[in-house]
Formats: sequence, structure tokens, C-alpha cells
Amino acid sequence: MKELKILAVLAVLVGITYYGIEPYAHHEMHPPVAPADFTYNGKQEVALYTKTMDEKLVAATENVAVQTAELAKATDAKAKEAITKKLEKAKSEVATLPETAKAEAQRRTDFWKTANHTAALEGNVTNGKVLVDANCIACHGIDAAGMPMAISNADAAASYGVVPPDLSSAATIYDAKYLAAFIASPVDAMHIQEKYSPESGKTFPMPSYNWMQPQEIADVVAYLKSLSVKKLEGKEAHKATFEAACGRCHSMQYAKFESTTPADALKTYMGTTPPDLSQYIKSRGEHYLHDFINDPQALLAGTAMPRVGLTEVAQHDVIAYMEEIGDPKKDERISLGIYTLAFTLVFAILGYLWKRKIWSEVH
Amino acid sequence: MAEFKQADSMYEWFDQRLGIDKFLKVMMTEYWIPKNINFLWAMGVLLTVMFTILLVSGLFLLMYYKPDINMAFDSVNYTIMQEVAYGWLFRHIHAVGASVVFLIIYIHMFTGIYYGSYKKGREMIWISGMLLFVLFSAEGFSGYMLPWGQMSYWAAYVITEIFGGIPLIGGDLVVWIRGNFYVSDSTLTRFFMLHVLLIPLAILGTIVLHFYALRFPHVNNLDGEFFDYDAEAKKYLDGKKVESKVVPFWPVFLSKDFFVLGFFLLFFFYLTFFHFNFAMDPVNFDKADGLKTPAHIYPEWYFLWSYEVLRGFFFEIAGISGKSLGLIAFAVAQAVFFLMPWLDRSPMVKPANQRPYFKYWFWFLMVDLIVLTIYGKLPPTGTNAWVGFASSITFLSLFIALPFITKAEGKKVGGK
Repeated sequence: MKELKILAVLAVLVGITYYGIEPYAHHEMHPPVAPADFTYNGKQEVALYTKTMDEKLVAATENVAVQTAELAKATDAKAKEAITKKLEKAKSEVATLPETAKAEAQRRTDFWKTANHTAALEGNVTNGKVLVDANCIACHGIDAAGMPMAISNADAAASYGVVPPDLSSAATIYDAKYLAAFIASPVDAMHIQEKYSPESGKTFPMPSYNWMQPQEIADVVAYLKSLSVKKLEGKEAHKATFEAACGRCHSMQYAKFESTTPADALKTYMGTTPPDLSQYIKSRGEHYLHDFINDPQALLAGTAMPRVGLTEVAQHDVIAYMEEIGDPKKDERISLGIYTLAFTLVFAILGYLWKRKIWSEVH
Repeated sequence: MAEFKQADSMYEWFDQRLGIDKFLKVMMTEYWIPKNINFLWAMGVLLTVMFTILLVSGLFLLMYYKPDINMAFDSVNYTIMQEVAYGWLFRHIHAVGASVVFLIIYIHMFTGIYYGSYKKGREMIWISGMLLFVLFSAEGFSGYMLPWGQMSYWAAYVITEIFGGIPLIGGDLVVWIRGNFYVSDSTLTRFFMLHVLLIPLAILGTIVLHFYALRFPHVNNLDGEFFDYDAEAKKYLDGKKVESKVVPFWPVFLSKDFFVLGFFLLFFFYLTFFHFNFAMDPVNFDKADGLKTPAHIYPEWYFLWSYEVLRGFFFEIAGISGKSLGLIAFAVAQAVFFLMPWLDRSPMVKPANQRPYFKYWFWFLMVDLIVLTIYGKLPPTGTNAWVGFASSITFLSLFIALPFITKAEGKKVGGK
């Protein structure tokens, strides 16, 4: 039938346009990244690091060429001297970069190997408690062990920059390998080595406990695992995990939740105010959040947000909570949508039958 | 005053005073539409329905929306989307409806071009329709600002900035439009006024003009055939319904429209409930922040083709800056469709596939517009920029060539 042909032409034109401005454009604007990785074996991080350093080397090599050309053009002695200095710096960068990068990649690989090894050890809870009492509770509260934070959130933020987390649920929501890595070197575990590089002059508030033996770290983890946290289900669990994992820095206005670290302290600590997450399920989408929370640097190089080290289950809880707060009408929307479509289909069929009846008289 | 006899029924009472009988005849049962049409002729009624849906959903949104930069975002995303019963439904209908209405407008418009429904007496239908297109564009643009998200803000920033390119008055004009030196609260409140009052009023008036403009030249038909409407109407009234070339607006024409409308609404509600991101950009769920430019700024899809004509000229030609050239091309693109009745110099009123030269022109235009639309969204870097330039040039060339092509066509067909 001719009208169906016209409809098909229309559908093709609209379809091509839609494909171009939606799936294709999004693909072009947001190239795919490595998917979320819950193995915590450091492989993806090292691959990303190597790639970044390779790019840096290319840029440095180009810089040498540029400076060399400039030097040839320069006539003034003073300018020549300045360019020579720059050129030497660029040359030394090109010379040292590959080795530094290789060494650092190896260091990171070894770091995660050790963490994996540590996490596999059988820990001693009693010894772990001794170690925690001696090393952790000066800054951290452990509600589940009857040891709440001794000072207020505001004071804690003023002293440390950010409120140190309560450790009650640490072993539940954080991956054991991540936790082992974190105790040994927080900055490496969180993948924020750039921000806390030696040149930055910054130090992370929590010291590295790399002087501990792997067995001792395993003991600490075992102790944290032994803490009896009230088992929550469904929405309660989602909320609790979100508040523990994200709530020290992020607010959730639509849930009337404010970050435990006061906003002005956060801005000083992070360099920028972490965003309110009320609508992030809509603005970022589940898929992006899934990859981003797992390793923020992989999607947004240089972001102040660290890798949090959540287990897959805990991360699922966090995203579920963001959806419950950011898109609470989803279920209503889907069920009403089905009813509406069914109703409209009846209308359309009746419309067709009526049209047939009426037009049978004029054809 | 005429003498009124005692009315026997309420209907008669009203009929005496308002002439209902006659009114219904003129507007419905004896308003004649050609029989030789296809489903593309239903787009007018679809648009009327869509406008009504937008108006009604807009009224509900207006009850809770707060035009203030500190409250707008949350009044939409929290109050309307979460607190008000079915507020989310009205917002989805309004946002998706605004997008879909443009799809139908474009189909309506290119149906008109394909079948030559803008010439030989139908010029005013075309002009009033194009006016509606411009008004709907203004309505869409002003409405997009209201949720005060990142894309609201930056699209407003970029589009108002365009006016800065106008010689002499540009800078002042931008400030005048924004009511400030940057996009601010005063910009939001004036666009709110435009969106909920002035432009809708103008649209209502122009819709009336558009419908009225149809009455004398009548609706075109599939073959562009001209015939005596009075004679055909008489045949129909005499009971020769099959023989007659016309049908009454009610119930015959509308019964077909209702059928098309039903299937269109299925599509529309599917989008409203299940597939709405294309009309409710995720980026716009970040609150407006004048200090944080999004990585990619693009207007809604229905503006992309003209936006790409603006962006297409990205380098200086003959001493005129790319920005100025783009602005000129953009201005031409906005106005050129108005001139269709005079640019098309062929006397033929036929569907494009029966016109020897025009058919190529039409499909070239369609392809070019799709290319412009797609590249209007992509980042304008590398080859993308050149594709944009080529398709912008093509767009302008097509309209420069149109009078010559159609003149030649007129000669070939010998004035038929």
C-alpha cells in the first residue's frame, strides 16, 4: 500500500536522524572507557598509567623539537640562553621519563600484588584488635565496638581536613584487597598519586602503615570483619551504605542529607565543593556511575574524587540509593506507562474501525 | 433587532442567539476537504492536539514552577518531579511534547514543500505556517531555559550571544535581551513571561490566521489538482458521495485524523514514559553554573540544522570573519523558507516525484538537512568542521539554485 511506503520513508529519515543525534553523537562525545573492575589487582590502573605516560613522552618529544627550532631562530644572546635552558629541561624529561614511568608502573604492580597477597592471609582477630586500638582509634571511631568518635564532626574536619570515617562497616562495604592496600598506602589505594605527589607538598591526612607486616595488616582486616554490624536490608541498606561510603563529602539535598564534613572545610580539603548527588542518577546515568565510582580517575583524569574501593554489592547499594532519591517515581512511571499505552491502543483501534466505517461510504 | 420566536428547546434557544446550526455547517459538516489525500494530511490535526496537550500540561506545571534562579531548578526537579502527585507526568508530557511537536511540524512543513502546497493562491497558508514555526521555535527556546539546568543556561548563553555579532548594535542588543551583562535572574524571568504569556498568545492568534488562510484556497491534494469546490460539494450533498472529490471536515476527514492520531499517540506516550532522554537531556539535571562550562554545548535537536549553518563558517573568507559569515548564513536560513512560494518559479503544483527537476532538489535538501542536524550535535573539530562547512554551503546553494532549477523546469513542462 502506498501510504505504508510513505510511512516507511518517513521512518527511515527519522531513524537516521535519531541515530545520528543520539547513540552516534553520544558515542562520539563520550568514547567508551574500561569497564568497572572489582578485581583490585592494579592491572587497569597500571595500563592507564602507562598510556598517560606514553602520551606525556610524545608531548615532551614534540617540545624538544619546538625548542630546537626556536633556538635556531633566536638571535639575541639572552633569549638563546633562556631557550637553551628550556631545551635542556625538555631533553632531560625525554631522557628520564621512560625509566621513571617504568619504575612507577612496576611499583604500582608490586603494590597491588602485595595487597592481594595480604588479603589472602588468615588474620588473627585478637591481634587485630590490639593493633587497631594502638593505631586507628586515635582518629577513627568504631561505633560497632562501642567506641564512637571522641570529637565533633566540625572539630574533626578542622583537625584532619575531612571527617575520618567510622570503621564499623569498613570491612563490609570496602573490598578486602582494597582495605589491605589502603592501610599500607592510602594514596596508592585511592589512585590519587598525582594530587599527593612529592612536588605538590601535600600530605594525605592518614599516614601509610607500610611498616606493618602483611600478617599484621591481615589481622587488622580480620578484626574489622569481626565487628558485628546490624544487617540491613533493601532501602535501609542502600541508605546506610551511601552515607558511609559517600556521605562524608557528598550531600543529598533531596533526602535532606548533608555531608558530615562541613561544606567550607570540604572546599579547602578537596579544592572544590563536591557536588550534591540528588540528581546524579539522571545527569550521569547508572552506567556512568557504575564505572565512575569504581575508578574516578579513569573517566575524569585529575578529579579530586578518590577511588572508594567499594565491593560490587556495596556499589550497587549506593547506585540504588541514588535512584531511590533521584528518580523515586520510576515504578509509577513504568506501570502508568503500560496502562496508558494499552488505553491508547484501544483508542487507535477504535479510531481505525470508525475511519473504515465512515470512509466506506465515500470510496 | 430581529424578532425572536419562543424557543422550543435549549438547543433552539442557543441557536437563535449564536447561530449554532450555521456555525457547525461552516466549520465542520460543510467545510470541504479533498478526498484524494494520505495520512500526511493529518499532521495539522496532530499539531492542534499536541498544542492543546502542551497548553494543558503547561498550565499544571505553571502552578508549581518558580521563576527564580535560586528556586527554579528544585521547583522543577523536586517539587514537580517528586512531591506533586503526577507532577512528573506533566513534566514528561510537556518536555517530550515540545520535542515531538517539532517532529510533526517538520513533517507538516516538508509535506507542504513536497506537494507544492505553498503556491498558486496558497501563499498565505505557507507564510502563516512559517510564522508558527518561528513562534514555536521561540516558545521551545524560552521554555528550555526554565528548568535552569546546565544546558538551559549554556544554550541560553550561546544563543543570546549570537545576537552580539550584529554590527553596531550587537553588544547592546545582547544586554537588552538578557536584561543583564550575563544570563541571570532577569533573563530567566523575562523568558518565563515570553514562554507562558506573550508567545502562546501570538501562537493562538497565528493558528487562527493559519486556519482562516485555508478557507479560500482550500487544502491541497495528492495530485495538486484544482477543481470547483462548490460543484463537488453539491455532488456530495446530493448523495453522490463516491463520485464527489470532496469530503466534509466532520465526520469524514476527522475520522481519518483520529485514526492517525491514535497511532501517533501510541508513539508519543511510548516516548513520554519509556524513552525520554532525547528530550530531557541528562546534562540539564545538573543545576546551572555560570562558572562551569559543560564539555559539549548543543541546542535541542530541532535547532541543530540552523545551529550548524551558524557554526559551519569557522574561518575568514574574503576578509569577513567566520563569525559574521555564520551569522549571515544563519539569518538567511531562518528567513529563506518564507520565500518558498517565490523561489519556486515553476508553475507546476504536483508532488515532487512528478516534477522533473524539483524532485532532485527536494531530496538533496532532505539529505542536507539531516547531515546538518547530525553534525550540529557533534563536536566541531577536524573533519566534522569541514562536513559542517560543506553542508552549510550546500544549504545556501540549494536555495540560490532553486529559482533557476524551477524556471528551467517550467520551460521543460511548458507551463503545465
